[in-house]
Amino acid sequence: MLTLEGVDAGYGRVQVLRGLSFAAQAGEVTCVMGRNGAGKTTMLRAIMGQIPLTAGRIALDGQRLDGLPAHRIPRLGIGYVPQGRRLFGPLTVAENLEIGLMTRGHGARTRERVLDLFPRLRERLGQTASTLSGGEQQMLAIGRALCLEPKVMLLDEPTEGLQPSMIALIRDTVRTLRGMGVAVVLVEQRIEAVLELADRVAFVETGQVAETLPAADLTPAAPQFARYVGV
Amino acid sequence: MEFGPFLLLAVMEGLVGAAVLALTASGLSLVFGVMRVVNVAHGEFFMLGAVAAWFVSQWVPGPPGLAFAVALVACPLLVAGLAALADGLVLKRLAYEPEATIIATIGLLYILQQAALSLYGPEARPVPPPFEARLQLPWFGWSGYKLFVIGAAGAVLAGLWLLLSRSRIGLVMRATQVDRETATAFGIDVDRVYAATFALGAGLAAIAAVLIVPIQQAHYLMGGDPLLLSFIVVVIGGLGSLRGTLVAALLIGLSDGVISTFFEPTLAKILATLLVALVLVFRPQGLFGARA
Repeated sequence: MLTLEGVDAGYGRVQVLRGLSFAAQAGEVTCVMGRNGAGKTTMLRAIMGQIPLTAGRIALDGQRLDGLPAHRIPRLGIGYVPQGRRLFGPLTVAENLEIGLMTRGHGARTRERVLDLFPRLRERLGQTASTLSGGEQQMLAIGRALCLEPKVMLLDEPTEGLQPSMIALIRDTVRTLRGMGVAVVLVEQRIEAVLELADRVAFVETGQVAETLPAADLTPAAPQFARYVGV
Repeated sequence: MEFGPFLLLAVMEGLVGAAVLALTASGLSLVFGVMRVVNVAHGEFFMLGAVAAWFVSQWVPGPPGLAFAVALVACPLLVAGLAALADGLVLKRLAYEPEATIIATIGLLYILQQAALSLYGPEARPVPPPFEARLQLPWFGWSGYKLFVIGAAGAVLAGLWLLLSRSRIGLVMRATQVDRETATAFGIDVDRVYAATFALGAGLAAIAAVLIVPIQQAHYLMGGDPLLLSFIVVVIGGLGSLRGTLVAALLIGLSDGVISTFFEPTLAKILATLLVALVLVFRPQGLFGARA
Protein backbone atom coordinates (compact mmCIF):
# COMPACT_ATOMS: atom_id res chain seq x y z
CA MET A 1 0.00 0.00 0.00
CA LEU A 2 2.48 2.66 1.21
CA THR A 3 6.02 1.94 0.08
CA LEU A 4 9.32 3.74 0.41
CA GLU A 5 12.21 2.47 -1.67
CA GLY A 6 15.81 3.60 -1.29
CA VAL A 7 14.82 7.01 0.08
CA ASP A 8 17.52 9.61 0.71
CA ALA A 9 16.40 12.83 2.40
CA GLY A 10 17.54 15.38 4.94
CA TYR A 11 17.76 19.00 5.91
CA GLY A 12 19.99 21.08 3.66
CA ARG A 13 23.39 19.38 3.55
CA VAL A 14 22.58 17.10 6.49
CA GLN A 15 21.44 13.77 5.10
CA VAL A 16 19.22 11.89 7.55
CA LEU A 17 17.59 9.13 5.51
CA ARG A 18 20.07 6.91 3.66
CA GLY A 19 18.48 4.48 1.26
CA LEU A 20 15.51 3.87 3.57
CA SER A 21 12.99 1.25 2.44
CA PHE A 22 9.73 0.63 4.25
CA ALA A 23 6.23 -0.68 3.63
CA ALA A 24 2.89 -0.40 5.43
CA GLN A 25 -0.15 -2.53 4.61
CA ALA A 26 -3.87 -1.82 4.93
CA GLY A 27 -5.39 -3.05 8.17
CA GLU A 28 -2.01 -3.38 9.85
CA VAL A 29 -0.19 -1.40 12.50
CA THR A 30 3.48 -0.99 11.65
CA CYS A 31 5.46 0.43 14.55
CA VAL A 32 8.64 2.33 13.85
CA MET A 33 11.29 2.28 16.57
CA GLY A 34 14.77 3.70 16.82
CA ARG A 35 17.00 6.01 18.81
CA ASN A 36 16.58 9.78 18.78
CA GLY A 37 17.98 11.12 15.52
CA ALA A 38 17.68 7.77 13.74
CA GLY A 39 15.31 9.29 11.18
CA LYS A 40 11.81 8.23 12.32
CA THR A 41 10.22 11.69 12.22
CA THR A 42 12.18 12.56 9.07
CA MET A 43 10.71 9.48 7.41
CA LEU A 44 7.17 10.66 8.20
CA ARG A 45 7.97 14.18 7.01
CA ALA A 46 9.39 12.79 3.78
CA ILE A 47 6.17 10.83 3.22
CA MET A 48 4.19 14.05 3.74
CA GLY A 49 6.35 15.88 1.21
CA GLN A 50 7.65 18.30 3.82
CA ILE A 51 11.25 17.58 2.90
CA PRO A 52 12.40 16.77 -0.63
CA LEU A 53 13.94 13.43 -1.54
CA THR A 54 17.39 13.37 -3.09
CA ALA A 55 16.96 9.73 -4.14
CA GLY A 56 14.41 6.93 -4.03
CA ARG A 57 10.64 6.81 -4.40
CA ILE A 58 7.55 6.89 -2.23
CA ALA A 59 4.27 5.47 -3.52
CA LEU A 60 0.72 4.97 -2.27
CA ASP A 61 -1.15 2.17 -4.03
CA GLY A 62 1.36 2.45 -6.86
CA GLN A 63 0.98 6.22 -7.28
CA ARG A 64 4.21 8.17 -6.81
CA LEU A 65 4.05 10.71 -3.98
CA ASP A 66 7.57 12.09 -4.26
CA GLY A 67 7.61 15.12 -6.51
CA LEU A 68 3.98 15.96 -5.80
CA PRO A 69 3.30 19.32 -4.15
CA ALA A 70 3.07 18.67 -0.40
CA HIS A 71 -0.54 19.88 -0.17
CA ARG A 72 -1.70 17.19 -2.60
CA ILE A 73 -0.43 14.29 -0.49
CA PRO A 74 -3.10 14.47 2.26
CA ARG A 75 -5.72 14.70 -0.48
CA LEU A 76 -4.70 11.19 -1.54
CA GLY A 77 -5.65 9.89 1.90
CA ILE A 78 -2.68 10.21 4.21
CA GLY A 79 -3.43 11.54 7.69
CA TYR A 80 -0.59 12.86 9.82
CA VAL A 81 -0.44 13.42 13.56
CA PRO A 82 2.89 15.16 14.04
CA GLN A 83 5.04 15.03 17.12
CA GLY A 84 3.92 17.72 19.56
CA ARG A 85 0.43 17.68 17.93
CA ARG A 86 0.86 21.03 16.17
CA LEU A 87 -2.75 22.05 16.48
CA PHE A 88 -3.98 25.37 15.19
CA GLY A 89 -3.94 26.75 18.73
CA PRO A 90 -5.97 29.97 18.35
CA LEU A 91 -8.65 28.15 16.32
CA THR A 92 -11.55 26.37 18.01
CA VAL A 93 -11.92 22.60 18.17
CA ALA A 94 -14.67 22.80 15.54
CA GLU A 95 -12.43 24.88 13.25
CA ASN A 96 -9.51 22.47 13.64
CA LEU A 97 -11.79 19.62 12.58
CA GLU A 98 -13.16 21.73 9.73
CA ILE A 99 -9.65 22.13 8.33
CA GLY A 100 -9.43 18.35 8.05
CA LEU A 101 -12.92 18.04 6.59
CA MET A 102 -12.23 20.60 3.85
CA THR A 103 -9.70 18.42 2.12
CA ARG A 104 -11.31 14.97 2.10
CA GLY A 105 -13.95 13.07 3.98
CA HIS A 106 -17.70 13.21 3.85
CA GLY A 107 -18.49 16.38 5.74
CA ALA A 108 -21.02 16.01 8.54
CA ARG A 109 -20.93 12.21 8.46
CA THR A 110 -17.16 12.10 8.97
CA ARG A 111 -17.38 14.78 11.64
CA GLU A 112 -20.00 12.81 13.58
CA ARG A 113 -17.92 9.66 13.37
CA VAL A 114 -14.88 11.50 14.77
CA LEU A 115 -16.95 13.07 17.55
CA ASP A 116 -18.43 9.67 18.41
CA LEU A 117 -14.90 8.35 18.71
CA PHE A 118 -13.85 11.26 20.96
CA PRO A 119 -17.02 12.44 22.77
CA ARG A 120 -14.92 14.81 24.89
CA LEU A 121 -14.30 16.91 21.77
CA ARG A 122 -18.05 17.31 21.24
CA GLU A 123 -18.22 19.10 24.60
CA ARG A 124 -15.36 21.40 23.61
CA LEU A 125 -16.29 22.36 20.04
CA GLY A 126 -16.33 26.10 20.74
CA GLN A 127 -13.17 26.09 22.85
CA THR A 128 -9.83 27.19 21.38
CA ALA A 129 -7.44 24.29 20.88
CA SER A 130 -4.66 25.86 22.92
CA THR A 131 -6.83 25.79 26.06
CA LEU A 132 -7.42 22.01 25.94
CA SER A 133 -5.59 19.59 28.23
CA GLY A 134 -2.71 17.56 26.77
CA GLY A 135 -4.89 14.49 26.31
CA GLU A 136 -7.70 16.46 24.71
CA GLN A 137 -5.19 18.10 22.39
CA GLN A 138 -3.97 14.69 21.29
CA MET A 139 -7.57 13.56 20.71
CA LEU A 140 -8.07 16.63 18.56
CA ALA A 141 -4.83 16.05 16.65
CA ILE A 142 -5.93 12.49 15.86
CA GLY A 143 -9.53 13.54 15.23
CA ARG A 144 -8.39 16.26 12.84
CA ALA A 145 -6.34 13.72 10.87
CA LEU A 146 -9.29 11.28 10.89
CA CYS A 147 -11.41 13.96 9.23
CA LEU A 148 -9.36 13.22 6.10
CA GLU A 149 -10.83 9.67 6.11
CA PRO A 150 -7.26 8.44 5.65
CA LYS A 151 -6.15 5.23 4.01
CA VAL A 152 -2.82 5.65 5.79
CA MET A 153 -2.40 7.22 9.22
CA LEU A 154 1.01 8.43 10.38
CA LEU A 155 1.25 8.89 14.15
CA ASP A 156 4.43 10.35 15.60
CA GLU A 157 4.73 9.43 19.30
CA PRO A 158 1.05 10.13 20.03
CA THR A 159 1.19 8.99 23.66
CA GLU A 160 4.20 11.10 24.61
CA GLY A 161 3.55 13.00 27.85
CA LEU A 162 0.02 11.68 28.36
CA GLN A 163 -1.56 10.18 31.47
CA PRO A 164 -2.38 6.43 31.47
CA SER A 165 -6.13 6.83 30.80
CA MET A 166 -5.38 8.91 27.73
CA ILE A 167 -2.73 6.47 26.54
CA ALA A 168 -5.33 3.69 26.75
CA LEU A 169 -7.75 5.77 24.70
CA ILE A 170 -5.15 6.47 22.02
CA ARG A 171 -4.31 2.76 21.86
CA ASP A 172 -8.00 1.90 21.48
CA THR A 173 -8.18 4.41 18.65
CA VAL A 174 -5.22 2.77 16.90
CA ARG A 175 -6.98 -0.60 17.15
CA THR A 176 -10.17 0.96 15.76
CA LEU A 177 -8.21 2.35 12.81
CA ARG A 178 -6.72 -1.06 12.11
CA GLY A 179 -10.22 -2.55 12.23
CA MET A 180 -11.34 0.04 9.66
CA GLY A 181 -8.63 -1.19 7.28
CA VAL A 182 -6.38 1.83 7.71
CA ALA A 183 -2.63 1.31 7.35
CA VAL A 184 -1.24 2.70 10.60
CA VAL A 185 2.39 3.81 10.86
CA LEU A 186 3.10 4.42 14.52
CA VAL A 187 6.34 5.90 15.79
CA GLU A 188 6.49 4.68 19.36
CA GLN A 189 9.19 4.22 21.97
CA ARG A 190 7.29 2.22 24.61
CA ILE A 191 8.01 -1.48 24.18
CA GLU A 192 4.80 -2.65 25.89
CA ALA A 193 2.72 -0.44 23.58
CA VAL A 194 4.54 -1.72 20.52
CA LEU A 195 4.09 -5.36 21.51
CA GLU A 196 0.41 -4.76 22.29
CA LEU A 197 -0.48 -2.87 19.11
CA ALA A 198 1.93 -3.71 16.34
CA ASP A 199 1.54 -6.27 13.59
CA ARG A 200 5.07 -5.53 12.43
CA VAL A 201 7.95 -3.56 13.88
CA ALA A 202 10.48 -1.66 11.77
CA PHE A 203 13.74 -0.75 13.52
CA VAL A 204 15.37 2.37 12.15
CA GLU A 205 19.07 3.03 12.56
CA THR A 206 21.14 5.83 10.98
CA GLY A 207 18.52 6.63 8.39
CA GLN A 208 17.77 3.07 7.28
CA VAL A 209 15.30 0.38 8.26
CA ALA A 210 17.77 -2.09 9.68
CA GLU A 211 15.29 -4.84 10.45
CA THR A 212 11.54 -5.48 10.12
CA LEU A 213 9.97 -8.24 12.18
CA PRO A 214 6.47 -9.53 12.91
CA ALA A 215 5.52 -8.28 16.39
CA ALA A 216 4.55 -11.82 17.31
CA ASP A 217 8.23 -12.80 17.01
CA LEU A 218 9.29 -10.21 19.60
CA THR A 219 9.28 -10.34 23.39
CA PRO A 220 10.18 -7.53 25.82
CA ALA A 221 13.60 -9.12 26.13
CA ALA A 222 14.22 -9.29 22.39
CA PRO A 223 17.77 -8.12 21.57
CA GLN A 224 16.48 -5.74 18.88
CA PHE A 225 15.11 -3.39 21.54
CA ALA A 226 18.53 -3.05 23.16
CA ARG A 227 20.33 -2.82 19.84
CA TYR A 228 18.14 -0.28 18.04
CA VAL A 229 16.31 1.57 20.81
CA GLY A 230 18.78 1.32 23.68
CA VAL A 231 16.36 0.00 26.31
CA MET B 1 -15.90 78.92 16.30
CA GLU B 2 -16.17 77.86 19.94
CA PHE B 3 -14.05 75.08 21.37
CA GLY B 4 -16.79 72.43 21.52
CA PRO B 5 -17.86 72.62 17.85
CA PHE B 6 -14.21 73.00 16.83
CA LEU B 7 -13.37 69.79 18.71
CA LEU B 8 -16.35 68.05 17.08
CA LEU B 9 -15.09 69.10 13.66
CA ALA B 10 -11.60 67.83 14.51
CA VAL B 11 -13.00 64.48 15.67
CA MET B 12 -15.10 64.13 12.51
CA GLU B 13 -12.06 64.86 10.32
CA GLY B 14 -10.08 62.43 12.44
CA LEU B 15 -12.69 59.74 11.88
CA VAL B 16 -12.31 60.08 8.11
CA GLY B 17 -8.54 59.62 8.44
CA ALA B 18 -9.03 56.74 10.88
CA ALA B 19 -11.43 54.94 8.55
CA VAL B 20 -9.09 55.17 5.57
CA LEU B 21 -6.08 54.31 7.73
CA ALA B 22 -7.86 51.28 9.20
CA LEU B 23 -8.49 49.96 5.68
CA THR B 24 -4.91 50.55 4.54
CA ALA B 25 -3.30 49.21 7.70
CA SER B 26 -5.52 46.13 7.84
CA GLY B 27 -4.11 45.15 4.45
CA LEU B 28 -0.54 45.53 5.73
CA SER B 29 -1.41 43.66 8.94
CA LEU B 30 -3.06 40.82 7.04
CA VAL B 31 -0.03 40.34 4.80
CA PHE B 32 2.34 40.33 7.74
CA GLY B 33 0.09 38.14 9.88
CA VAL B 34 -0.47 35.40 7.34
CA MET B 35 2.72 35.57 5.27
CA ARG B 36 5.25 37.10 7.70
CA VAL B 37 6.14 39.50 4.90
CA VAL B 38 6.80 43.15 5.73
CA ASN B 39 5.43 44.74 2.57
CA VAL B 40 7.33 47.98 2.12
CA ALA B 41 5.52 48.51 -1.22
CA HIS B 42 2.11 48.62 0.49
CA GLY B 43 1.86 52.40 0.14
CA GLU B 44 2.47 52.08 -3.60
CA PHE B 45 -0.56 49.82 -3.95
CA PHE B 46 -2.48 52.63 -2.24
CA MET B 47 -1.03 55.10 -4.75
CA LEU B 48 -1.88 52.82 -7.69
CA GLY B 49 -5.48 52.65 -6.48
CA ALA B 50 -5.71 56.45 -6.47
CA VAL B 51 -3.99 56.88 -9.84
CA ALA B 52 -6.14 54.17 -11.40
CA ALA B 53 -9.23 55.94 -10.02
CA TRP B 54 -8.13 59.12 -11.81
CA PHE B 55 -7.79 57.23 -15.11
CA VAL B 56 -11.24 55.70 -14.62
CA SER B 57 -12.69 59.15 -13.90
CA GLN B 58 -11.27 60.30 -17.26
CA TRP B 59 -12.39 57.29 -19.28
CA VAL B 60 -15.87 56.55 -17.97
CA PRO B 61 -18.42 58.98 -19.41
CA GLY B 62 -21.52 60.13 -17.57
CA PRO B 63 -22.02 61.39 -14.06
CA PRO B 64 -19.09 61.27 -11.58
CA GLY B 65 -21.00 58.77 -9.47
CA LEU B 66 -20.83 56.19 -12.27
CA ALA B 67 -17.09 56.61 -12.75
CA PHE B 68 -16.61 56.41 -9.00
CA ALA B 69 -18.64 53.20 -8.76
CA VAL B 70 -16.60 51.66 -11.59
CA ALA B 71 -13.37 52.80 -9.91
CA LEU B 72 -14.43 51.40 -6.53
CA VAL B 73 -14.82 47.96 -8.06
CA ALA B 74 -12.26 47.91 -10.89
CA CYS B 75 -9.26 49.66 -9.28
CA PRO B 76 -8.96 47.36 -6.24
CA LEU B 77 -9.34 44.35 -8.54
CA LEU B 78 -6.64 45.71 -10.86
CA VAL B 79 -4.28 46.44 -7.95
CA ALA B 80 -5.02 43.05 -6.37
CA GLY B 81 -4.20 41.39 -9.68
CA LEU B 82 -0.89 43.27 -9.87
CA ALA B 83 -0.09 42.24 -6.31
CA ALA B 84 -0.83 38.59 -7.07
CA LEU B 85 1.49 38.88 -10.08
CA ALA B 86 4.22 40.42 -7.89
CA ASP B 87 3.74 37.61 -5.39
CA GLY B 88 4.20 34.95 -8.06
CA LEU B 89 7.11 36.65 -9.81
CA VAL B 90 9.05 37.88 -6.79
CA LEU B 91 7.98 36.79 -3.29
CA LYS B 92 7.27 33.14 -4.07
CA ARG B 93 10.65 32.80 -5.75
CA LEU B 94 12.27 34.08 -2.57
CA ALA B 95 10.37 31.41 -0.59
CA TYR B 96 8.85 34.28 1.44
CA GLU B 97 12.10 34.57 3.37
CA PRO B 98 11.55 37.59 5.68
CA GLU B 99 14.76 39.57 5.08
CA ALA B 100 14.81 38.94 1.32
CA THR B 101 11.18 39.98 0.92
CA ILE B 102 11.84 43.31 2.67
CA ILE B 103 14.54 44.10 0.10
CA ALA B 104 12.32 42.82 -2.71
CA THR B 105 9.36 44.96 -1.70
CA ILE B 106 11.63 48.02 -1.46
CA GLY B 107 12.53 47.30 -5.09
CA LEU B 108 8.86 46.84 -5.90
CA LEU B 109 8.14 50.22 -4.29
CA TYR B 110 10.50 52.00 -6.67
CA ILE B 111 9.33 50.05 -9.72
CA LEU B 112 5.67 50.92 -9.05
CA GLN B 113 6.47 54.52 -8.18
CA GLN B 114 8.56 55.12 -11.28
CA ALA B 115 6.06 53.29 -13.48
CA ALA B 116 3.35 55.64 -12.16
CA LEU B 117 5.59 58.65 -12.84
CA SER B 118 6.16 57.50 -16.43
CA LEU B 119 2.53 56.64 -17.21
CA TYR B 120 0.70 59.22 -15.09
CA GLY B 121 3.16 62.07 -14.74
CA PRO B 122 4.34 64.21 -11.83
CA GLU B 123 1.16 66.27 -11.40
CA ALA B 124 -1.30 65.92 -8.55
CA ARG B 125 -4.71 65.47 -10.13
CA PRO B 126 -8.14 65.73 -8.55
CA VAL B 127 -10.84 63.12 -8.89
CA PRO B 128 -14.39 64.45 -8.63
CA PRO B 129 -16.46 63.16 -5.71
CA PRO B 130 -19.34 60.87 -6.72
CA PHE B 131 -21.94 63.22 -5.28
CA GLU B 132 -22.22 66.67 -3.78
CA ALA B 133 -23.97 66.75 -0.45
CA ARG B 134 -23.56 68.85 2.64
CA LEU B 135 -24.29 67.89 6.19
CA GLN B 136 -25.44 71.07 7.90
CA LEU B 137 -24.85 71.13 11.64
CA PRO B 138 -25.79 74.12 13.85
CA TRP B 139 -22.14 75.23 14.04
CA PHE B 140 -20.68 74.28 10.66
CA GLY B 141 -21.36 72.45 7.44
CA TRP B 142 -19.56 69.22 6.58
CA SER B 143 -19.05 67.21 3.41
CA GLY B 144 -21.61 64.44 3.06
CA TYR B 145 -19.03 62.54 1.03
CA LYS B 146 -16.74 62.33 4.07
CA LEU B 147 -19.57 60.71 5.97
CA PHE B 148 -19.88 58.26 3.09
CA VAL B 149 -16.15 57.48 3.33
CA ILE B 150 -16.54 56.57 7.01
CA GLY B 151 -19.56 54.40 6.28
CA ALA B 152 -18.02 52.68 3.25
CA ALA B 153 -14.76 51.96 5.08
CA GLY B 154 -16.74 50.59 8.02
CA ALA B 155 -18.74 48.34 5.69
CA VAL B 156 -15.58 47.01 3.98
CA LEU B 157 -13.93 46.36 7.35
CA ALA B 158 -17.05 44.55 8.59
CA GLY B 159 -16.94 42.47 5.41
CA LEU B 160 -13.26 41.71 6.02
CA TRP B 161 -14.04 40.69 9.58
CA LEU B 162 -16.78 38.35 8.38
CA LEU B 163 -14.51 36.94 5.67
CA LEU B 164 -11.78 36.14 8.16
CA SER B 165 -13.93 34.87 11.01
CA ARG B 166 -16.91 33.23 9.29
CA SER B 167 -15.81 31.97 5.88
CA ARG B 168 -13.80 28.97 4.76
CA ILE B 169 -11.31 31.26 3.05
CA GLY B 170 -10.79 33.05 6.34
CA LEU B 171 -10.39 29.78 8.20
CA VAL B 172 -7.75 28.64 5.72
CA MET B 173 -5.93 31.98 6.06
CA ARG B 174 -5.99 31.79 9.85
CA ALA B 175 -4.74 28.20 9.85
CA THR B 176 -1.92 29.15 7.48
CA GLN B 177 -1.08 32.08 9.74
CA VAL B 178 -0.71 29.74 12.73
CA ASP B 179 1.35 26.97 11.11
CA ARG B 180 2.19 26.89 7.43
CA GLU B 181 3.63 23.36 7.47
CA THR B 182 0.70 21.78 9.29
CA ALA B 183 -1.72 23.63 7.02
CA THR B 184 0.05 22.00 4.07
CA ALA B 185 -0.27 18.60 5.78
CA PHE B 186 -4.03 19.13 5.68
CA GLY B 187 -4.20 19.85 1.98
CA ILE B 188 -4.02 23.63 2.06
CA ASP B 189 -2.18 25.07 -0.94
CA VAL B 190 -0.16 27.63 0.99
CA ASP B 191 1.20 29.30 -2.16
CA ARG B 192 -2.34 30.08 -3.30
CA VAL B 193 -3.27 31.32 0.17
CA TYR B 194 -0.25 33.63 0.12
CA ALA B 195 -1.08 34.96 -3.36
CA ALA B 196 -4.69 35.60 -2.30
CA THR B 197 -3.58 37.27 0.94
CA PHE B 198 -1.11 39.55 -0.82
CA ALA B 199 -3.77 40.46 -3.38
CA LEU B 200 -6.36 41.10 -0.66
CA GLY B 201 -3.94 43.27 1.31
CA ALA B 202 -3.15 45.38 -1.76
CA GLY B 203 -6.83 45.50 -2.70
CA LEU B 204 -7.72 46.92 0.70
CA ALA B 205 -5.13 49.66 0.26
CA ALA B 206 -6.58 50.41 -3.18
CA ILE B 207 -10.14 50.64 -1.81
CA ALA B 208 -8.89 53.12 0.79
CA ALA B 209 -7.23 55.16 -1.95
CA VAL B 210 -10.31 55.22 -4.20
CA LEU B 211 -12.37 56.41 -1.24
CA ILE B 212 -9.96 59.16 -0.20
CA VAL B 213 -8.84 60.45 -3.59
CA PRO B 214 -11.87 62.75 -4.10
CA ILE B 215 -10.81 64.48 -0.84
CA GLN B 216 -7.08 64.44 -1.55
CA GLN B 217 -5.51 64.26 -5.01
CA ALA B 218 -3.86 61.45 -6.94
CA HIS B 219 -0.08 61.78 -7.05
CA TYR B 220 2.71 59.32 -7.77
CA LEU B 221 4.42 60.05 -4.42
CA MET B 222 1.29 59.78 -2.28
CA GLY B 223 2.13 56.26 -0.97
CA GLY B 224 4.64 57.42 1.65
CA ASP B 225 2.30 58.75 4.32
CA PRO B 226 -0.14 55.82 4.25
CA LEU B 227 2.81 53.42 4.49
CA LEU B 228 4.33 55.22 7.48
CA LEU B 229 1.00 55.55 9.28
CA SER B 230 0.11 51.93 8.51
CA PHE B 231 3.39 50.74 10.01
CA ILE B 232 2.72 52.90 13.07
CA VAL B 233 -0.77 51.46 13.42
CA VAL B 234 0.33 47.86 12.87
CA VAL B 235 3.17 48.14 15.39
CA ILE B 236 0.96 49.78 18.02
CA GLY B 237 -1.91 47.36 17.42
CA GLY B 238 0.30 44.29 17.36
CA LEU B 239 1.80 42.73 14.25
CA GLY B 240 -0.73 40.48 12.58
CA SER B 241 -3.62 41.38 14.91
CA LEU B 242 -6.56 42.74 12.93
CA ARG B 243 -8.40 43.80 16.08
CA GLY B 244 -5.30 45.66 17.27
CA THR B 245 -4.93 47.28 13.86
CA LEU B 246 -8.50 48.61 13.96
CA VAL B 247 -8.16 49.98 17.49
CA ALA B 248 -4.78 51.56 16.74
CA ALA B 249 -6.08 53.06 13.48
CA LEU B 250 -8.90 54.70 15.39
CA LEU B 251 -6.46 56.00 18.00
CA ILE B 252 -3.92 57.32 15.50
CA GLY B 253 -6.49 58.60 13.02
CA LEU B 254 -8.44 60.50 15.65
CA SER B 255 -5.37 61.93 17.35
CA ASP B 256 -3.98 62.89 13.94
CA GLY B 257 -7.20 64.73 13.11
CA VAL B 258 -7.51 66.50 16.46
CA ILE B 259 -3.84 67.47 16.80
CA SER B 260 -3.61 68.57 13.16
CA THR B 261 -6.70 70.77 13.60
CA PHE B 262 -5.63 72.40 16.87
CA PHE B 263 -1.88 72.46 16.31
CA GLU B 264 0.22 71.21 13.37
CA PRO B 265 -0.01 68.03 11.25
CA THR B 266 3.74 67.58 11.83
CA LEU B 267 3.17 67.48 15.59
CA ALA B 268 0.61 64.71 15.08
CA LYS B 269 3.18 62.63 13.18
CA ILE B 270 5.84 63.30 15.82
CA LEU B 271 3.53 62.16 18.62
CA ALA B 272 2.45 59.05 16.68
CA THR B 273 6.08 58.12 16.10
CA LEU B 274 6.84 58.73 19.77
CA LEU B 275 3.96 56.43 20.68
CA VAL B 276 5.45 53.71 18.49
CA ALA B 277 8.78 54.11 20.26
CA LEU B 278 7.07 53.79 23.65
CA VAL B 279 5.16 50.71 22.53
CA LEU B 280 8.35 49.11 21.21
CA VAL B 281 10.12 49.77 24.53
CA PHE B 282 7.35 48.83 26.99
CA ARG B 283 5.12 46.44 25.02
CA PRO B 284 7.03 45.22 21.96
CA GLN B 285 4.25 42.84 20.90
CA GLY B 286 1.86 45.81 20.55
CA LEU B 287 -1.44 46.38 22.32
CA PHE B 288 -3.14 43.24 20.99
CA GLY B 289 -0.26 41.18 19.60
CA ALA B 290 0.78 37.83 21.05
CA ARG B 291 4.11 37.73 22.87
CA ALA B 292 6.68 35.85 20.79
